[in-house]
Amino acid sequence: MNDRPAVAIQGLTKQFKAGVTALSGIDLEVQPREFVSLIGPSGCGKSTLLRIIGDLIEPSAGTVEVNGKTAHRARLDHDYGIVFQEAVLYDWRTVSKNIALPLELLRWSKEQRTTRVAELIGLVELEGFEDHHPWQLSGGMQQRVAIARALSFDPALLLMDEPFGALDEMTRERLNLELLRIWEASGSTIVFVTHSIPEAVFLSTRVVVMSARPGRVSAIVEVDLPYPRTARTREEPRFFELVTEVRERLAGSEVAV
Amino acid sequence: MASIAVDRTTTPRIAAVHGARRVLLVVCGIAVFWALWEAYRWIGESLGITWPFAVNAVNMPHIHDMLNALRLPLQPGGPPLIHYEWHWALFTAKEALLGFALGAAIGFGLAVLLANSRIMRQGLLPYIVVSQTVPILAVAPMVVVGLGQKGVSPWIAVSVIAAYLTFFPVAMNTLRGLLSPDRRDLELMRSYAADRRSVLWKLRVPASLPFVFSALKISATACVIGAIIGETPASIQDGLGGAIVNFNQYYSTGPERLWATNIVCAVLGFAFFGAIVLAEKLVLRRAPEHIA
Repeated sequence: MNDRPAVAIQGLTKQFKAGVTALSGIDLEVQPREFVSLIGPSGCGKSTLLRIIGDLIEPSAGTVEVNGKTAHRARLDHDYGIVFQEAVLYDWRTVSKNIALPLELLRWSKEQRTTRVAELIGLVELEGFEDHHPWQLSGGMQQRVAIARALSFDPALLLMDEPFGALDEMTRERLNLELLRIWEASGSTIVFVTHSIPEAVFLSTRVVVMSARPGRVSAIVEVDLPYPRTARTREEPRFFELVTEVRERLAGSEVAV
Repeated sequence: MASIAVDRTTTPRIAAVHGARRVLLVVCGIAVFWALWEAYRWIGESLGITWPFAVNAVNMPHIHDMLNALRLPLQPGGPPLIHYEWHWALFTAKEALLGFALGAAIGFGLAVLLANSRIMRQGLLPYIVVSQTVPILAVAPMVVVGLGQKGVSPWIAVSVIAAYLTFFPVAMNTLRGLLSPDRRDLELMRSYAADRRSVLWKLRVPASLPFVFSALKISATACVIGAIIGETPASIQDGLGGAIVNFNQYYSTGPERLWATNIVCAVLGFAFFGAIVLAEKLVLRRAPEHIA
């Protein structure tokens, strides 16, 4: 790993056609191996920001660099994997085939794909479900398939858009732990959108607090909890202090509710 | 902490029970239809019903007479009617099958073309719709004569007519299926920088298959009708269409033969339909609620 930032955003603005300013004057750097959460009220543009980093939509002004390249170039070079709020699995593919989809597009050989998929199945603990179809899985399992798929080609950057937002609290907490384990094992950088304060604090090295209308970065909270974090981390006083700090920053950034 | 996975595979025993129940339902359906037919005939004849048509042995032959006609020889001392029907059905099936393959391929290709370009959709779609408003009886002679002049054998011309009826539902439904992936499905492909061809073959086409199969079911019966109707202007005597024209002329003396031929036509159409249902079961493995 070199020391150029994984993501570098300068003066980013996004206006939609209707004249709505979704994002305004965003400056943000994410270093390699960081776990950065974007948190903010609905409509603060956190998902929009993630999509711009992934070159799924284009900014109105400003620059976005991923691994020292334009976001567009980075997408073409398969520099990132993405996980959405819905798993977005293809119904006609089994778990294994869904995970292998990006590898097929990258023209990996069948043997390479089989080996890699077996590794990933182990990583996300889905042994025994390789030949199941998505509709035979619970929501949490579907999301694990989506994470395995995003990791399949070993991208340096993982973009996650509220990946656990639709799951129940218990499943979410378990997947949080799994995600940290995967993050540490894979050595990737993660940009993570969420609207859950405890989730953001528990996972991240830094929490980026955003405000709405127009969306801008209102504060950045460094999370100094040591890794590896466990279920106990959630019970530590420092954890609560940080949750409170993020909550106050969010409240301070709120215009009027 | 394994999550719950729903197992939807059924055991062979349950499948056998379901199968038996279905066969029973079909048999019951036929029995009810038979009873209604004969009851109407009996009441109609007793009361002298003349509207909408006179009820008598010519207009409503007994169903057992129709089936019996299949057993009786067509000409004195010759083979039974069923023997001829079998060969006519095979001939018509050949025309219908080629027409089906041709129509399905053209319909699918057209849908891919239309799915790829909005301009194509706006420009071409009205003409495709108009093509189906032209009566098949008007088109059929033109096709037969036109292709005949090029030295194409008449049965292939009939296949072209069957294809004409087949391609439309396939094109319309496939187009809908190809356009069915939502924004997220497409964004995922975009995130992998997938080219148009990959998006087509790995996303759009698989997503369209349930739509394609519901179209193929419509087309399976339509192509048989197309083949039967196509034989008429082509003056083909070797198929079911020719037989229908022939028996029509002798209807007043032997109505059972026309009805028997109708039954054979229905069975042929049903066989085509059944083949598609079977193919669908083999090809589509996905959530039951997603099978269109």
